[in-house]
Amino acid sequence: MATEILMPALSPTMEEGTLAKWMVKEGDTVKSGDILAEIETDKATMEFEAVDEGVIGKILIAEGTEGVKVNAAIAVLLEDGESADAIVASAPVAEAAPVEAAPAPVAAASAPAAPIVDTSPDWPEGTPMKQQTVREAIREGMSEEMRRDDTVFLMGEEVAEYEGAYKISQGMLAEFGPKRIIDTPITEHGFAGVATGASFAGLRPVVEFMTFNFAMQAMDHIINSAAKTLYMSGGQMGAPMVFRGPNGAAARVGAQHSQDYAAWFMQVPGLKVAMPYAASDAKGLMKTAIRDNNPVIFLENEIMYGKTFDVPDVEDYTVPFGKARIWREGNDVTIVSFGIGMTYALEAADKLAEEGISVEVLDLRTIRPMDTAAIIKSVMKTNRCVTVEEGWPQGSVGSYISSVLMQEAFDYLDAPVINCTGKDVPMPYAANLERHALITTDEVIAAVRQVTYK
Amino acid sequence: MAARKTTKQPADKPNVSADELKALYKDMLLIRRFEEKAGQLYGMGLIGGFCHLYIGQEAVVVGLEAAAEEGDKRVTSYRDHGHMLACGMDANGVMAELTGREGGYSKGKGGSMHMFSKEKHFYGGHGIVAAQVPLGAGLAFADKYQENGRVTFTYFGDGAANQGQVYETFNMAALWDLPCISVIENNQYAMGTSQQRSTSSAEIYERGKSFGIPGEAVDGMDVLAVKAAGETAVAHCRSGKGPYILEIKTYRYRGHSMSDPAKYRTREEVQKMRDERDPIEQVREMLLTGKHATEDDLKTIDKDIKAVVNESAEFAKNSPEPALEELWTDIYA
Repeated sequence: MATEILMPALSPTMEEGTLAKWMVKEGDTVKSGDILAEIETDKATMEFEAVDEGVIGKILIAEGTEGVKVNAAIAVLLEDGESADAIVASAPVAEAAPVEAAPAPVAAASAPAAPIVDTSPDWPEGTPMKQQTVREAIREGMSEEMRRDDTVFLMGEEVAEYEGAYKISQGMLAEFGPKRIIDTPITEHGFAGVATGASFAGLRPVVEFMTFNFAMQAMDHIINSAAKTLYMSGGQMGAPMVFRGPNGAAARVGAQHSQDYAAWFMQVPGLKVAMPYAASDAKGLMKTAIRDNNPVIFLENEIMYGKTFDVPDVEDYTVPFGKARIWREGNDVTIVSFGIGMTYALEAADKLAEEGISVEVLDLRTIRPMDTAAIIKSVMKTNRCVTVEEGWPQGSVGSYISSVLMQEAFDYLDAPVINCTGKDVPMPYAANLERHALITTDEVIAAVRQVTYK
Repeated sequence: MAARKTTKQPADKPNVSADELKALYKDMLLIRRFEEKAGQLYGMGLIGGFCHLYIGQEAVVVGLEAAAEEGDKRVTSYRDHGHMLACGMDANGVMAELTGREGGYSKGKGGSMHMFSKEKHFYGGHGIVAAQVPLGAGLAFADKYQENGRVTFTYFGDGAANQGQVYETFNMAALWDLPCISVIENNQYAMGTSQQRSTSSAEIYERGKSFGIPGEAVDGMDVLAVKAAGETAVAHCRSGKGPYILEIKTYRYRGHSMSDPAKYRTREEVQKMRDERDPIEQVREMLLTGKHATEDDLKTIDKDIKAVVNESAEFAKNSPEPALEELWTDIYA
């Protein structure tokens, strides 16, 4: 049976083209792979190959014709022994299939109803407590999970024999051995990819970056390989793993070692982002992160490692993702922070209390998922909000919180939301400049005064 | 072990039975016909975006799959249709993914470059050049960790061989004796840049030398040579000796992607390769001259394969587009 040869689409965006030149004539025998014609697209001149074998029965579009629509018949191919007389006058030029109108956007971002907030306490009253540093809490969280699941392993630079550049993994090589506590070469891009591949095959890697600044070298695997595979595979396989390490400014280490990446990672669907402040949260969130079936970015802070907090002295203490913690209740203003930002938030709240300003302090604990319901609920009470973080201002976590409040709690706001952030500069080395580049408690206090008009 | 050039002459020393030879022929022909059909559907606007055809390179993946065992893993780049068919994934599911339909392997959410099958141990389909190299080492890491005796085939091109992460991976794979085979599919062009213009030394298989990884060059238009090299590599990895490199010299007949006019090489160069070195024609000749098959047998095979491919195209056209709710699924497990 005669078949029509159609004008091909030769690029992702081509809708029509010029039939520049026929490389065959009527009566020619062609086989798969033979060049039939040259076609000019908006980008290039392309050779158009035959797919089927047969004889060119009739050329319908003369060479030199411009504006030939994709899918228009340009020639008729006859099978062996078929006569050109058999060609039934076909419909002139088939219209290209109309491009389907893009579906209307799904109302996915519709505002939630009255916020439903989980305000249950992290541990019941009377729970025995112990004193622990953030460093010990992270180590204990990892070690407990490694004891209960032997697919969990830790890899990174200096994590094993050196016992961690910041001593997070101290003693872990002795307990778990070199199969599960693995020193890597200095090769972030490579070992992030290796760990991601291992997670596709069912292991649960914990990848330590000596600092998150070095994770920039591994960004492609974190985003393109770890975060997107579950979606791209239609749910068949994903990356149950944790990328962890110190994030943000330490002290006097300059621009390349002093950046807060919370806002960067927060933007990526497929990732979860935890950024604990207290030791109890560091432990509880770490355990939750390792059990989670998705890639989790776990942002620690070098300055916080040595700080001591109360930690519940119970078996298997976990903290759920997406649940903010209210550190201090108040009525006049809500301060939202996370990670080391909480240091400034709590200090400011203490000082403001002396002046009679009652501050509610929320610790987000996880940035993605973010407990926006808890923020909205608090702002419905206080009508004012200040956000605190060490990261840069443009596209900050705070600016996202501001936009959520604008869209979902506008009527409850009595003042514009203020974002207290690090300054919009690379981190300087000089001690005085560095102090000014970071957020300060005084700036938080000033912001609270501004939104409370006091 | 030193890198070496293969000297195997499979014509003198065939490593397959007549039935196996026929199976190799069928597998290669399926890929060829499938890819021609994919090209046609692209031309009709049914397949969108990028579409990288495997035509000309069929012997690489078919030869290596003949050396693999059940449970072995494979991971590759965006030129992945051939790999999926060769490891036993269903043509309907692959074609329907190309058309972005519900019946596709990723429910239409991955497309030509991003497809996976847990069941067939196919770990993608990766769109970032060379990203699959450390990922493949990670799959092998998991096999070693679980002590299951499996090996991983990591496929990448001569272009990808210039990415830094390849050498980061070689280092770790050798350091940790990972059971992974780096299959460098050298089709001589990194998109439009010939190997001479992009690669400082011609022999890519020698690049494992400084890591202590053995490598060999293989004639990638000869499926039996590929199979034999694959068997050597698999035996090496499976016995716990660590990684192995196969540089398989092959050729792609089509452009880098559907929208590549391929002006960086002559039509004669392509034609010469097709006429003199075609991997499928070579096996066809072997089957006929060895009297393992008649012309009629081969016609029947051809007809059967056309039927499979046509059915996949019909399936891919008729499978519905994914439901809009699918936009919001599979983001988190």
